[in-house]
Amino acid sequence: MLNNPNTATRSSDISVEKVALRYGTGEGAVLALDGLSLNVKKEEFCVIVGPSGCGKSSLLYLIAGLEGRTGGMIKVGGRPVSDAGADRGMVFQAYTLFPWLTVRQNVEYGPRRKGMPAAERNRIVDHYLTEIGLAAFGSHYPSQLSGGMKQRVAIARALANDPEVLLMDEPFGALDSQTRHAMQQLLLSVWEHSKKTVLFVTHDIDEAILLADRVFVMSGRPGQILADLTVPFERPRDMDLVMEPDFIAMKREILGLLKNNGGH
Amino acid sequence: MNDRTFFKSLTTPYQAIPHGVVVFLGIAVWVAVLAVWFALTFGGFVKPMFLPKPNEVLNTALALAADGTLWEHTYASVQVVIIGFVLSSIVAVPLGLTMGTYRVVQAFLDPLVNFIRYLPVTSFVPLFILWIGIGIEQRVSVIIFGIFFQQVVMIADAARSVPRDLVNAAYTLGTRRRDTVWHIVFPATLPNIFDVLRVTMGWAWTYLVVAELVAARSGLGYISLKAMRGFQVDVIFMAIAMIGILGLLTDQIFRVLRRVAAPWAN
Repeated sequence: MLNNPNTATRSSDISVEKVALRYGTGEGAVLALDGLSLNVKKEEFCVIVGPSGCGKSSLLYLIAGLEGRTGGMIKVGGRPVSDAGADRGMVFQAYTLFPWLTVRQNVEYGPRRKGMPAAERNRIVDHYLTEIGLAAFGSHYPSQLSGGMKQRVAIARALANDPEVLLMDEPFGALDSQTRHAMQQLLLSVWEHSKKTVLFVTHDIDEAILLADRVFVMSGRPGQILADLTVPFERPRDMDLVMEPDFIAMKREILGLLKNNGGH
Repeated sequence: MNDRTFFKSLTTPYQAIPHGVVVFLGIAVWVAVLAVWFALTFGGFVKPMFLPKPNEVLNTALALAADGTLWEHTYASVQVVIIGFVLSSIVAVPLGLTMGTYRVVQAFLDPLVNFIRYLPVTSFVPLFILWIGIGIEQRVSVIIFGIFFQQVVMIADAARSVPRDLVNAAYTLGTRRRDTVWHIVFPATLPNIFDVLRVTMGWAWTYLVVAELVAARSGLGYISLKAMRGFQVDVIFMAIAMIGILGLLTDQIFRVLRRVAAPWAN
């Protein structure tokens, strides 16, 4: 990693300042985000939790550069975001594996775009396929995988591209609760090894507390950050944590915030 | 499996049926058609001038195959269909993909393509004869005019239906905008492209016969027209059967090609 002399802008890896997002114009205009600010530090795992339709997914798309903001500034690694790029990996709620590529070729896609030599590509792909426990599925097509397996590959595909930050938009939202729990554990262990900066969006409060270093609680439309809560629980964490009194107290606090500011 | 569950499996909506039953029914329908044909002709219900006996059609086919006439005209037709189909497809596929991907291309071409695609091809045959004459170019033009605009529209539809998040995922993995059509839209729509090609190949055959009936000196449509003038109804039946067999063959070829080129979509 290069040392950036401008340490002031390096202090946080994702910096969102007074970002606004407006859909449409005139009478029918909808203000999805209004003056929203947040910071995610390097190697930090942050989770945004909020009611559906509060614009939390939109915020992720703005950071990824997949949508254009109406106002404010977003910087990743000190550089202003103007377009999508390989420095911001993303895992989507919908299954977005390329159906025409095998699991292996999917994971290999980013490194191949960068023109990485085959030997190095293979090493990276092997590493991540082992990491997600799908080393035996390299030559399968996505259509042959279950939903949970598809999202595991999607995580491996994003990480294999070695992005500066990993954006995750309710990646486990479509999975059944048992698979979801297994995926949360897997994500945590993968994250412990890779130490990527992660910004994760969910409407599941348990998931948010279980995964995060810090939880951003978001209000209903127009979306704003209601609270920035540091999660005190030590890692590694497991599912038993959700029954601890401290965990429940924190969950109650977030629920209270959402209840009073849920929006309509 | 006892008789009762077997009957139940056959009469349940969408229920898969045994492979043996599929094959049996596929043969049975042809046996039924031939049986009706035999009954109508040998039973004397229809004049031989309108409907020839099946064995006469077979004899005619064998005779024309032996002296090479059948192959000569089949070759002439196949040649025209392939030239017209290939010329149309190699332009329609990239154009359709571009049109479905870029709104600016769509906005420019949509009004024109949708206007032309509703014009009946047959009404242009006299114009083509006037412009191009009655050579092979005329028949090729009729086929291209008949299928090109349909191909463009159907392939553009397929390109438009590529999930947006698939393209977004590609961007976050470092795909450049200008590479989107080639790296994402084309492979994502490949199975649909093969389906479009298979269906429009069938239409190409239809337009070929139209062109051959009007102006040609060879081909299966041409010998049908000549046979009509000589009341050789058995030759007409042979030509129709030949077109049907060729259609069935090309359909199967496209199914195999799709399976080989897009193995993930089975």
